[in-house]
Amino acid sequence: MDAVIVDSITKTYGKEKTHAVNGVSFSVKKGELFGLIGPDGAGKTSIFRVLTTLLLPDSGRASVDGFDIVKDFRKIRDRVGYMPGKFSLYQDLTVEENLSFFATVFGTTIKENYNLIKDIYIQIEPFKDRRAGKLSGGMKQKLALCCALIHKPSVLFLDEPTTGVDPVSRKEFWEMLRRLREQEITIIVSTPYMDEATRCDRIALIQNGNFLSADTPESIIHSYPDMLYAVKAENIYTLIQSLKNFENALSCHAFGEYVHLSVKPALLKGTTTPAEDHKNTEDIKNYLSMAGFKDIVVKKTEPTIEDCFIKLLS
Amino acid sequence: MKIQTVDRELSIKTEKLSKRFGQFTAVNEITFDVHKGEIFGFLGANGAGKTTAMRMLCGLSTPTSGKAQIAGFDVYKHTEDIKRNIGYMSQKFSLYEDLTVLENIRFFGGIYGLSNQQLKTKSEQLITQLGIQQEAKKLVSSLPLGWKQKLSFSVAVLHEPEIVFLDEPTGGVDPVTRRQFWNLIYEASDRGITIFVTTHYMDEAEYCNRISIMVDGKIEALDTPANLKQRFNASSMDDVFYQLARGAQRTEG
Repeated sequence: MDAVIVDSITKTYGKEKTHAVNGVSFSVKKGELFGLIGPDGAGKTSIFRVLTTLLLPDSGRASVDGFDIVKDFRKIRDRVGYMPGKFSLYQDLTVEENLSFFATVFGTTIKENYNLIKDIYIQIEPFKDRRAGKLSGGMKQKLALCCALIHKPSVLFLDEPTTGVDPVSRKEFWEMLRRLREQEITIIVSTPYMDEATRCDRIALIQNGNFLSADTPESIIHSYPDMLYAVKAENIYTLIQSLKNFENALSCHAFGEYVHLSVKPALLKGTTTPAEDHKNTEDIKNYLSMAGFKDIVVKKTEPTIEDCFIKLLS
Repeated sequence: MKIQTVDRELSIKTEKLSKRFGQFTAVNEITFDVHKGEIFGFLGANGAGKTTAMRMLCGLSTPTSGKAQIAGFDVYKHTEDIKRNIGYMSQKFSLYEDLTVLENIRFFGGIYGLSNQQLKTKSEQLITQLGIQQEAKKLVSSLPLGWKQKLSFSVAVLHEPEIVFLDEPTGGVDPVTRRQFWNLIYEASDRGITIFVTTHYMDEAEYCNRISIMVDGKIEALDTPANLKQRFNASSMDDVFYQLARGAQRTEG
Protein backbone atom coordinates (compact mmCIF):
# COMPACT_ATOMS: atom_id res chain seq x y z
CA MET A 1 0.00 0.00 0.00
CA ASP A 2 1.41 3.38 -0.99
CA ALA A 3 1.80 5.89 1.85
CA VAL A 4 0.13 8.66 -0.13
CA ILE A 5 -2.29 8.27 -3.04
CA VAL A 6 -3.63 11.34 -4.81
CA ASP A 7 -6.28 10.94 -7.50
CA SER A 8 -7.31 13.93 -9.67
CA ILE A 9 -7.27 16.54 -6.92
CA THR A 10 -8.54 19.96 -7.93
CA LYS A 11 -8.65 23.08 -5.80
CA THR A 12 -9.90 26.49 -6.90
CA TYR A 13 -10.00 29.77 -5.02
CA GLY A 14 -12.13 32.89 -5.18
CA LYS A 15 -14.96 34.05 -7.38
CA GLU A 16 -12.89 33.61 -10.53
CA LYS A 17 -12.31 29.96 -9.62
CA THR A 18 -8.58 30.25 -10.22
CA HIS A 19 -7.08 26.77 -10.36
CA ALA A 20 -4.47 26.39 -7.63
CA VAL A 21 -4.35 22.64 -8.20
CA ASN A 22 -5.61 21.30 -11.50
CA GLY A 23 -6.49 17.58 -11.47
CA VAL A 24 -3.24 16.34 -9.99
CA SER A 25 -2.57 12.61 -9.43
CA PHE A 26 0.43 10.90 -7.91
CA SER A 27 1.43 8.36 -5.30
CA VAL A 28 4.29 8.10 -2.85
CA LYS A 29 5.69 4.79 -1.65
CA LYS A 30 6.37 4.03 1.97
CA GLY A 31 9.75 5.38 3.05
CA GLU A 32 10.17 7.41 -0.12
CA LEU A 33 11.55 10.97 -0.23
CA PHE A 34 9.27 12.72 -2.71
CA GLY A 35 9.86 16.29 -3.90
CA LEU A 36 7.38 18.81 -5.25
CA ILE A 37 9.57 21.15 -7.30
CA GLY A 38 8.17 24.41 -8.59
CA PRO A 39 8.09 28.18 -8.21
CA ASP A 40 5.90 30.22 -5.86
CA GLY A 41 2.25 30.00 -6.80
CA ALA A 42 2.62 26.61 -8.51
CA GLY A 43 0.18 24.95 -6.08
CA LYS A 44 2.60 23.19 -3.73
CA THR A 45 1.15 24.57 -0.49
CA SER A 46 -2.43 23.81 -1.56
CA ILE A 47 -1.47 20.17 -2.15
CA PHE A 48 0.12 20.02 1.31
CA ARG A 49 -2.93 21.57 2.95
CA VAL A 50 -5.28 19.12 1.20
CA LEU A 51 -3.16 16.12 2.25
CA THR A 52 -2.84 17.29 5.85
CA THR A 53 -6.67 17.67 5.93
CA LEU A 54 -6.55 21.44 6.45
CA LEU A 55 -8.26 22.17 3.16
CA LEU A 56 -11.01 20.35 1.30
CA PRO A 57 -10.42 19.76 -2.40
CA ASP A 58 -13.14 20.80 -4.88
CA SER A 59 -12.94 17.36 -6.44
CA GLY A 60 -10.79 14.27 -6.49
CA ARG A 61 -9.74 11.79 -3.81
CA ALA A 62 -6.67 11.22 -1.73
CA SER A 63 -5.51 8.96 1.05
CA VAL A 64 -2.63 9.17 3.49
CA ASP A 65 -1.41 5.99 5.14
CA GLY A 66 -4.55 4.27 3.89
CA PHE A 67 -6.94 6.81 5.38
CA ASP A 68 -9.27 9.00 3.36
CA ILE A 69 -8.51 12.73 3.66
CA VAL A 70 -12.18 13.61 4.10
CA LYS A 71 -13.72 10.70 6.00
CA ASP A 72 -10.79 9.82 8.24
CA PHE A 73 -9.30 13.26 8.72
CA ARG A 74 -8.81 12.82 12.47
CA LYS A 75 -6.81 9.64 12.01
CA ILE A 76 -4.60 11.38 9.47
CA ARG A 77 -3.95 14.29 11.82
CA ASP A 78 -2.72 11.85 14.47
CA ARG A 79 -0.18 10.25 12.23
CA VAL A 80 1.33 12.92 10.01
CA GLY A 81 3.88 15.59 10.77
CA TYR A 82 3.56 18.96 9.04
CA MET A 83 6.06 21.76 8.85
CA PRO A 84 4.37 24.70 7.14
CA GLY A 85 6.32 27.23 5.08
CA LYS A 86 5.56 29.94 7.60
CA PHE A 87 7.03 29.46 11.10
CA SER A 88 4.06 28.47 13.26
CA LEU A 89 5.35 27.36 16.64
CA TYR A 90 4.56 29.33 19.77
CA GLN A 91 6.90 32.32 19.78
CA ASP A 92 6.48 32.96 23.51
CA LEU A 93 7.16 29.40 24.61
CA THR A 94 10.76 28.25 24.98
CA VAL A 95 12.39 25.67 22.72
CA GLU A 96 11.82 22.91 25.26
CA GLU A 97 8.25 24.02 26.05
CA ASN A 98 7.30 23.96 22.37
CA LEU A 99 8.69 20.48 21.95
CA SER A 100 7.00 19.13 25.06
CA PHE A 101 3.73 20.84 24.04
CA PHE A 102 3.68 19.04 20.69
CA ALA A 103 4.67 15.75 22.30
CA THR A 104 1.81 16.07 24.83
CA VAL A 105 -0.79 17.02 22.22
CA PHE A 106 0.05 13.83 20.34
CA GLY A 107 -0.03 11.75 23.54
CA THR A 108 3.66 11.00 23.73
CA THR A 109 6.77 12.28 25.52
CA ILE A 110 10.06 13.75 24.35
CA LYS A 111 11.82 10.79 25.94
CA GLU A 112 9.85 8.18 24.03
CA ASN A 113 10.93 9.34 20.56
CA TYR A 114 14.11 11.17 21.44
CA ASN A 115 16.22 8.93 19.19
CA LEU A 116 14.33 10.28 16.18
CA ILE A 117 15.15 13.93 16.82
CA LYS A 118 18.43 13.52 18.68
CA ASP A 119 20.72 14.49 15.75
CA ILE A 120 18.80 17.68 15.13
CA TYR A 121 17.86 18.54 18.69
CA ILE A 122 21.39 18.49 20.10
CA GLN A 123 22.17 21.41 17.79
CA ILE A 124 19.52 23.59 19.46
CA GLU A 125 19.68 22.09 22.94
CA PRO A 126 22.12 24.75 24.24
CA PHE A 127 19.26 27.22 23.66
CA LYS A 128 16.46 25.10 25.13
CA ASP A 129 15.42 27.86 27.56
CA ARG A 130 15.26 30.52 24.86
CA ARG A 131 11.86 31.62 23.57
CA ALA A 132 11.17 30.34 20.06
CA GLY A 133 10.50 33.89 18.85
CA LYS A 134 14.08 34.85 19.74
CA LEU A 135 15.70 32.07 17.71
CA SER A 136 17.58 32.60 14.44
CA GLY A 137 16.06 31.44 11.15
CA GLY A 138 18.16 28.31 11.01
CA MET A 139 17.40 27.32 14.59
CA LYS A 140 13.66 27.96 14.17
CA GLN A 141 13.73 25.62 11.19
CA LYS A 142 15.42 22.89 13.25
CA LEU A 143 12.98 23.30 16.13
CA ALA A 144 10.01 23.16 13.74
CA LEU A 145 11.37 19.94 12.28
CA CYS A 146 11.76 18.44 15.79
CA CYS A 147 8.18 19.40 16.69
CA ALA A 148 6.88 17.85 13.47
CA LEU A 149 8.76 14.63 14.25
CA ILE A 150 8.27 14.17 17.98
CA HIS A 151 5.20 11.90 17.65
CA LYS A 152 7.01 9.63 15.15
CA PRO A 153 4.76 10.44 12.19
CA SER A 154 4.42 7.91 9.41
CA VAL A 155 4.35 10.66 6.78
CA LEU A 156 6.21 13.94 7.13
CA PHE A 157 5.14 17.00 5.08
CA LEU A 158 7.73 19.77 4.73
CA ASP A 159 6.60 22.89 2.87
CA GLU A 160 9.58 24.84 1.51
CA PRO A 161 11.88 24.15 4.45
CA THR A 162 14.90 25.64 2.65
CA THR A 163 13.44 28.80 1.11
CA GLY A 164 15.58 31.85 1.87
CA VAL A 165 18.20 29.62 3.50
CA ASP A 166 21.85 29.96 2.41
CA PRO A 167 23.49 27.17 0.38
CA VAL A 168 25.50 25.77 3.31
CA SER A 169 22.49 25.43 5.63
CA ARG A 170 20.43 24.02 2.77
CA LYS A 171 22.98 21.28 2.25
CA GLU A 172 22.91 20.44 5.98
CA PHE A 173 19.12 20.32 5.98
CA TRP A 174 19.04 17.81 3.12
CA GLU A 175 21.58 15.66 4.93
CA MET A 176 19.21 15.62 7.93
CA LEU A 177 16.39 14.47 5.64
CA ARG A 178 18.49 11.65 4.22
CA ARG A 179 19.12 10.40 7.74
CA LEU A 180 15.38 10.54 8.56
CA ARG A 181 14.65 8.53 5.46
CA GLU A 182 16.70 5.73 6.92
CA GLN A 183 14.13 5.62 9.76
CA GLU A 184 11.52 4.68 7.13
CA ILE A 185 9.52 7.86 7.47
CA THR A 186 7.82 8.84 4.21
CA ILE A 187 8.73 12.41 3.40
CA ILE A 188 7.05 14.82 0.99
CA VAL A 189 9.03 18.03 0.63
CA SER A 190 8.54 21.07 -1.57
CA THR A 191 11.16 23.48 -2.85
CA PRO A 192 11.57 26.23 -5.45
CA TYR A 193 15.29 25.36 -5.80
CA MET A 194 15.71 23.10 -8.81
CA ASP A 195 19.19 21.99 -7.71
CA GLU A 196 17.63 20.24 -4.71
CA ALA A 197 15.59 17.92 -6.95
CA THR A 198 18.38 15.36 -7.31
CA ARG A 199 18.35 14.80 -3.55
CA CYS A 200 14.89 13.21 -3.78
CA ASP A 201 14.00 9.63 -4.75
CA ARG A 202 11.27 10.88 -7.04
CA ILE A 203 10.05 14.34 -7.93
CA ALA A 204 7.13 16.13 -9.53
CA LEU A 205 7.82 19.30 -11.49
CA ILE A 206 4.87 21.59 -10.93
CA GLN A 207 3.72 24.88 -12.45
CA ASN A 208 0.32 26.66 -12.39
CA GLY A 209 -1.37 23.78 -10.57
CA ASN A 210 -0.28 21.18 -13.13
CA PHE A 211 2.32 18.44 -12.96
CA LEU A 212 4.72 18.87 -15.88
CA SER A 213 6.41 15.57 -15.13
CA ALA A 214 6.74 13.11 -12.25
CA ASP A 215 9.48 10.51 -12.09
CA THR A 216 12.94 9.87 -10.66
CA PRO A 217 15.30 12.80 -11.28
CA GLU A 218 17.47 10.48 -13.42
CA SER A 219 14.57 9.48 -15.70
CA ILE A 220 13.44 13.08 -16.12
CA ILE A 221 16.96 14.07 -17.11
CA HIS A 222 17.23 11.04 -19.39
CA SER A 223 14.06 11.95 -21.26
CA TYR A 224 15.34 15.41 -22.16
CA PRO A 225 14.85 15.32 -25.92
CA ASP A 226 17.41 17.77 -27.32
CA MET A 227 21.17 18.00 -27.59
CA LEU A 228 22.60 20.38 -25.09
CA TYR A 229 25.85 22.35 -25.27
CA ALA A 230 27.53 24.52 -22.67
CA VAL A 231 28.95 27.64 -24.28
CA LYS A 232 31.18 30.28 -22.78
CA ALA A 233 32.52 33.56 -24.15
CA GLU A 234 33.35 36.92 -22.72
CA ASN A 235 29.95 38.60 -22.39
CA ILE A 236 27.03 36.35 -21.34
CA TYR A 237 24.37 38.87 -22.29
CA THR A 238 25.50 39.42 -25.91
CA LEU A 239 26.37 35.73 -26.19
CA ILE A 240 22.75 34.77 -25.47
CA GLN A 241 21.43 37.33 -27.96
CA SER A 242 23.75 35.97 -30.62
CA LEU A 243 23.18 32.24 -29.95
CA LYS A 244 19.41 32.68 -30.33
CA ASN A 245 20.06 33.23 -34.05
CA PHE A 246 22.25 30.15 -34.48
CA GLU A 247 20.63 27.81 -37.00
CA ASN A 248 19.11 24.73 -35.32
CA ALA A 249 19.04 26.59 -31.99
CA LEU A 250 15.96 25.66 -29.98
CA SER A 251 16.58 27.64 -26.84
CA CYS A 252 19.37 29.38 -25.06
CA HIS A 253 19.55 30.16 -21.35
CA ALA A 254 22.15 31.37 -18.91
CA PHE A 255 23.36 28.67 -16.51
CA GLY A 256 25.91 30.26 -14.25
CA GLU A 257 29.27 30.58 -15.94
CA TYR A 258 28.00 28.89 -19.13
CA VAL A 259 25.10 29.38 -21.49
CA HIS A 260 23.11 26.24 -22.27
CA LEU A 261 22.20 26.00 -25.93
CA SER A 262 19.78 23.29 -26.98
CA VAL A 263 19.94 22.07 -30.55
CA LYS A 264 17.52 19.94 -32.57
CA PRO A 265 18.71 16.34 -32.62
CA ALA A 266 19.49 15.12 -36.13
CA LEU A 267 18.18 11.63 -35.40
CA LEU A 268 16.04 10.15 -32.70
CA LYS A 269 16.63 11.36 -29.18
CA GLY A 270 19.52 9.90 -27.28
CA THR A 271 21.29 8.71 -30.37
CA THR A 272 23.87 11.40 -30.96
CA THR A 273 27.18 10.06 -32.06
CA PRO A 274 30.55 11.52 -31.01
CA ALA A 275 31.01 12.61 -34.63
CA GLU A 276 27.72 14.48 -34.59
CA ASP A 277 28.64 16.17 -31.31
CA HIS A 278 31.99 17.13 -32.71
CA LYS A 279 30.34 18.67 -35.77
CA ASN A 280 27.84 20.64 -33.66
CA THR A 281 30.55 21.87 -31.33
CA GLU A 282 32.63 23.06 -34.29
CA ASP A 283 29.61 24.68 -35.95
CA ILE A 284 28.81 26.65 -32.81
CA LYS A 285 32.45 27.71 -32.39
CA ASN A 286 32.70 28.86 -36.00
CA TYR A 287 29.43 30.72 -35.80
CA LEU A 288 30.58 32.59 -32.71
CA SER A 289 34.02 33.47 -33.99
CA MET A 290 32.42 34.80 -37.18
CA ALA A 291 30.25 36.96 -34.95
CA GLY A 292 33.41 38.34 -33.35
CA PHE A 293 33.39 36.50 -30.00
CA LYS A 294 36.67 35.70 -28.27
CA ASP A 295 37.75 33.03 -25.74
CA ILE A 296 35.02 30.68 -26.92
CA VAL A 297 34.46 27.39 -25.10
CA VAL A 298 31.88 24.91 -26.38
CA LYS A 299 31.26 21.46 -24.95
CA LYS A 300 28.47 18.92 -24.83
CA THR A 301 26.75 18.88 -21.46
CA GLU A 302 24.22 16.83 -19.54
CA PRO A 303 20.91 18.57 -18.83
CA THR A 304 20.07 19.51 -15.25
CA ILE A 305 16.57 19.40 -13.75
CA GLU A 306 16.38 23.13 -14.40
CA ASP A 307 17.00 22.54 -18.14
CA CYS A 308 14.18 19.97 -18.08
CA PHE A 309 11.83 22.34 -16.25
CA ILE A 310 12.48 25.11 -18.77
CA LYS A 311 11.95 22.66 -21.65
CA LEU A 312 8.66 21.47 -20.15
CA LEU A 313 7.46 25.06 -19.71
CA SER A 314 8.07 25.93 -23.35
CA MET B 1 25.35 68.86 -2.73
CA LYS B 2 27.97 66.48 -4.05
CA ILE B 3 31.32 66.07 -2.46
CA GLN B 4 33.74 66.85 -5.26
CA THR B 5 36.80 65.18 -3.80
CA VAL B 6 35.39 61.67 -4.17
CA ASP B 7 36.24 59.52 -7.13
CA ARG B 8 32.99 59.70 -9.09
CA GLU B 9 33.74 56.54 -11.00
CA LEU B 10 32.76 54.79 -7.78
CA SER B 11 29.13 54.37 -6.79
CA ILE B 12 29.94 52.87 -3.41
CA LYS B 13 33.08 53.37 -1.37
CA THR B 14 33.37 52.06 2.19
CA GLU B 15 36.26 52.04 4.62
CA LYS B 16 36.19 49.95 7.80
CA LEU B 17 32.43 50.35 7.98
CA SER B 18 31.08 48.78 11.18
CA LYS B 19 27.82 48.36 13.05
CA ARG B 20 27.58 47.15 16.61
CA PHE B 21 24.44 46.38 18.60
CA GLY B 22 25.59 46.41 22.24
CA GLN B 23 28.29 43.74 22.52
CA PHE B 24 27.45 42.26 19.14
CA THR B 25 29.37 43.34 16.04
CA ALA B 26 26.97 42.72 13.17
CA VAL B 27 29.23 44.29 10.52
CA ASN B 28 32.95 44.27 11.23
CA GLU B 29 35.13 46.79 9.36
CA ILE B 30 34.08 46.12 5.79
CA THR B 31 36.08 47.95 3.11
CA PHE B 32 35.13 47.76 -0.57
CA ASP B 33 34.38 49.79 -3.70
CA VAL B 34 31.70 49.32 -6.32
CA HIS B 35 32.24 50.89 -9.75
CA LYS B 36 29.64 52.80 -11.67
CA GLY B 37 27.52 50.47 -13.82
CA GLU B 38 28.98 47.38 -12.17
CA ILE B 39 26.85 44.36 -11.24
CA PHE B 40 28.03 43.61 -7.72
CA GLY B 41 26.88 40.44 -5.93
CA PHE B 42 26.75 40.70 -2.16
CA LEU B 43 26.72 37.14 -0.82
CA GLY B 44 26.92 35.59 2.62
CA ALA B 45 25.41 32.97 4.88
CA ASN B 46 22.23 33.74 6.84
CA GLY B 47 23.21 35.98 9.73
CA ALA B 48 26.53 37.07 8.20
CA GLY B 49 25.49 40.73 8.40
CA LYS B 50 24.32 41.38 4.81
CA THR B 51 21.03 43.04 5.72
CA THR B 52 22.63 45.28 8.36
CA ALA B 53 25.33 46.33 5.87
CA MET B 54 22.77 46.99 3.19
CA ARG B 55 20.66 49.12 5.54
CA MET B 56 23.71 51.30 6.25
CA LEU B 57 24.46 51.66 2.55
CA CYS B 58 20.87 52.76 1.91
CA GLY B 59 21.05 55.45 4.58
CA LEU B 60 18.53 53.65 6.80
CA SER B 61 20.89 52.82 9.67
CA THR B 62 23.74 54.94 11.07
CA PRO B 63 27.09 53.12 11.20
CA THR B 64 28.89 52.78 14.54
CA SER B 65 32.23 53.57 12.93
CA GLY B 66 34.02 53.71 9.59
CA LYS B 67 33.33 55.68 6.43
CA ALA B 68 31.10 55.24 3.40
CA GLN B 69 30.11 57.28 0.36
CA ILE B 70 27.04 56.21 -1.60
CA ALA B 71 26.55 57.92 -4.99
CA GLY B 72 28.98 60.50 -3.64
CA PHE B 73 27.01 61.15 -0.45
CA ASP B 74 28.14 60.54 3.09
CA VAL B 75 26.24 57.85 5.05
CA TYR B 76 26.30 59.90 8.27
CA LYS B 77 25.43 63.36 6.99
CA HIS B 78 23.49 63.03 3.74
CA THR B 79 21.11 60.10 4.18
CA GLU B 80 18.23 61.92 2.46
CA ASP B 81 20.38 62.56 -0.64
CA ILE B 82 21.33 58.88 -0.63
CA LYS B 83 17.67 57.81 -0.56
CA ARG B 84 16.88 60.11 -3.50
CA ASN B 85 19.71 58.65 -5.58
CA ILE B 86 19.17 54.95 -5.02
CA GLY B 87 16.45 52.45 -5.85
CA TYR B 88 15.55 49.55 -3.57
CA MET B 89 13.72 46.30 -4.14
CA SER B 90 13.03 44.17 -1.09
CA GLN B 91 12.69 40.38 -1.08
CA LYS B 92 9.15 40.87 0.13
CA PHE B 93 6.86 42.19 -2.62
CA SER B 94 6.20 45.81 -1.73
CA LEU B 95 4.14 47.41 -4.45
CA TYR B 96 0.51 48.17 -3.58
CA GLU B 97 -1.56 45.11 -4.43
CA ASP B 98 -4.82 47.08 -4.47
CA LEU B 99 -3.56 49.71 -6.91
CA THR B 100 -3.31 49.04 -10.64
CA VAL B 101 0.01 48.74 -12.45
CA LEU B 102 -0.28 52.33 -13.73
CA GLU B 103 -1.32 53.69 -10.33
CA ASN B 104 1.72 52.05 -8.70
CA ILE B 105 4.02 53.58 -11.31
CA ARG B 106 2.47 57.05 -10.78
CA PHE B 107 2.62 56.66 -7.00
CA PHE B 108 6.28 55.64 -6.76
CA GLY B 109 7.35 57.96 -9.57
CA GLY B 110 5.56 60.81 -7.80
CA ILE B 111 7.37 60.07 -4.54
CA TYR B 112 10.70 60.32 -6.36
CA GLY B 113 9.61 63.67 -7.77
CA LEU B 114 9.06 62.80 -11.43
CA SER B 115 7.03 65.41 -13.34
CA ASN B 116 3.70 64.55 -14.93
CA GLN B 117 5.32 64.56 -18.35
CA GLN B 118 8.12 62.24 -17.14
CA LEU B 119 5.59 59.96 -15.48
CA LYS B 120 3.65 59.68 -18.72
CA THR B 121 6.68 58.83 -20.87
CA LYS B 122 8.19 56.51 -18.25
CA SER B 123 4.92 54.60 -17.74
CA GLU B 124 4.58 53.97 -21.47
CA GLN B 125 8.21 52.91 -21.79
CA LEU B 126 7.99 50.53 -18.85
CA ILE B 127 4.73 48.93 -19.94
CA THR B 128 6.04 48.38 -23.46
CA GLN B 129 9.36 47.00 -22.21
CA LEU B 130 7.62 44.47 -19.94
CA GLY B 131 4.96 43.76 -22.57
CA ILE B 132 2.09 44.25 -20.12
CA GLN B 133 -0.14 46.61 -22.17
CA GLN B 134 -3.16 44.38 -21.46
CA GLU B 135 -2.53 44.48 -17.72
CA ALA B 136 -1.74 48.19 -17.25
CA LYS B 137 -5.13 48.94 -15.72
CA LYS B 138 -5.44 45.74 -13.72
CA LEU B 139 -4.81 45.46 -10.00
CA VAL B 140 -1.29 44.38 -9.20
CA SER B 141 -2.68 41.58 -7.00
CA SER B 142 -3.98 39.85 -10.13
CA LEU B 143 -0.55 39.54 -11.77
CA PRO B 144 1.49 36.31 -11.67
CA LEU B 145 4.46 36.38 -9.27
CA GLY B 146 7.09 36.59 -12.00
CA TRP B 147 5.48 39.69 -13.50
CA LYS B 148 5.22 41.30 -10.09
CA GLN B 149 8.96 40.85 -9.54
CA LYS B 150 9.80 42.33 -12.93
CA LEU B 151 7.42 45.22 -12.27
CA SER B 152 8.98 45.83 -8.82
CA PHE B 153 12.40 46.06 -10.40
CA SER B 154 11.23 48.45 -13.11
CA VAL B 155 9.58 50.65 -10.49
CA ALA B 156 12.77 50.62 -8.38
CA VAL B 157 14.75 52.08 -11.33
CA LEU B 158 11.95 54.38 -12.58
CA HIS B 159 13.76 57.51 -11.39
CA GLU B 160 17.03 56.37 -13.01
CA PRO B 161 18.89 56.10 -9.70
CA GLU B 162 22.66 55.83 -9.66
CA ILE B 163 22.47 52.54 -7.73
CA VAL B 164 19.74 49.97 -7.25
CA PHE B 165 19.82 47.63 -4.25
CA LEU B 166 18.15 44.26 -4.83
CA ASP B 167 17.58 42.03 -1.82
CA GLU B 168 17.05 38.45 -3.03
CA PRO B 169 14.96 39.61 -5.97
CA THR B 170 14.47 36.16 -7.53
CA GLY B 171 13.58 33.98 -4.51
CA GLY B 172 10.89 31.46 -5.46
CA VAL B 173 10.62 32.71 -9.06
CA ASP B 174 10.38 30.14 -11.89
CA PRO B 175 13.56 29.47 -13.91
CA VAL B 176 12.41 31.22 -17.08
CA THR B 177 11.27 34.38 -15.28
CA ARG B 178 14.47 34.35 -13.21
CA ARG B 179 16.46 34.65 -16.43
CA GLN B 180 14.16 37.34 -17.83
CA PHE B 181 14.73 39.20 -14.59
CA TRP B 182 18.49 39.04 -15.12
CA ASN B 183 18.02 40.48 -18.62
CA LEU B 184 16.41 43.51 -16.98
CA ILE B 185 19.42 43.75 -14.68
CA TYR B 186 21.85 43.63 -17.64
CA GLU B 187 19.86 46.31 -19.48
CA ALA B 188 19.88 48.60 -16.44
CA SER B 189 23.61 48.08 -15.97
CA ASP B 190 24.15 48.87 -19.67
CA ARG B 191 22.42 52.22 -19.06
CA GLY B 192 25.00 52.90 -16.33
CA ILE B 193 22.91 51.99 -13.27
CA THR B 194 25.01 50.25 -10.61
CA ILE B 195 23.47 46.97 -9.43
CA PHE B 196 23.99 45.77 -5.86
CA VAL B 197 22.33 42.38 -5.49
CA THR B 198 22.02 39.63 -2.88
CA THR B 199 21.01 36.09 -3.85
CA HIS B 200 21.03 32.52 -2.60
CA TYR B 201 21.22 31.16 -6.17
CA MET B 202 24.88 30.46 -6.85
CA ASP B 203 24.38 30.40 -10.63
CA GLU B 204 23.31 34.04 -10.33
CA ALA B 205 26.57 34.86 -8.56
CA GLU B 206 28.22 33.98 -11.88
CA TYR B 207 26.27 36.73 -13.66
CA CYS B 208 27.85 39.42 -11.48
CA ASN B 209 30.97 41.33 -12.53
CA ARG B 210 32.38 40.94 -9.03
CA ILE B 211 31.09 39.40 -5.85
CA SER B 212 31.88 39.64 -2.17
CA ILE B 213 31.25 36.88 0.36
CA MET B 214 30.51 37.87 3.94
CA VAL B 215 31.19 35.53 6.86
CA ASP B 216 30.53 36.50 10.48
CA GLY B 217 30.37 40.24 9.78
CA LYS B 218 33.52 40.42 7.64
CA ILE B 219 34.08 40.37 3.89
CA GLU B 220 36.18 37.23 3.49
CA ALA B 221 36.54 37.32 -0.28
CA LEU B 222 35.95 39.84 -3.05
CA ASP B 223 36.78 39.29 -6.70
CA THR B 224 35.39 38.26 -10.08
CA PRO B 225 33.68 34.84 -10.06
CA ALA B 226 36.43 33.42 -12.29
CA ASN B 227 39.24 34.61 -10.01
CA LEU B 228 37.48 33.31 -6.91
CA LYS B 229 37.02 29.87 -8.41
CA GLN B 230 40.68 29.81 -9.37
CA ARG B 231 41.83 30.97 -5.94
CA PHE B 232 39.76 28.39 -4.08
CA ASN B 233 40.48 25.73 -6.67
CA ALA B 234 36.73 25.24 -7.04
CA SER B 235 34.67 24.09 -10.01
CA SER B 236 31.64 26.23 -9.13
CA MET B 237 30.66 29.26 -7.08
CA ASP B 238 28.65 26.90 -4.92
CA ASP B 239 31.91 25.25 -3.94
CA VAL B 240 33.64 28.60 -3.23
CA PHE B 241 30.74 29.65 -1.05
CA TYR B 242 30.77 26.34 0.77
CA GLN B 243 34.49 26.53 1.51
CA LEU B 244 34.16 30.04 2.94
CA ALA B 245 30.87 29.81 4.82
CA ARG B 246 31.37 26.33 6.23
CA GLY B 247 33.49 27.72 9.06
CA ALA B 248 30.95 30.41 10.00
CA GLN B 249 30.29 30.75 13.72
CA ARG B 250 27.09 32.70 13.31
CA THR B 251 24.14 31.07 11.60
CA GLU B 252 21.54 33.47 12.88
CA GLY B 253 19.04 35.02 10.49
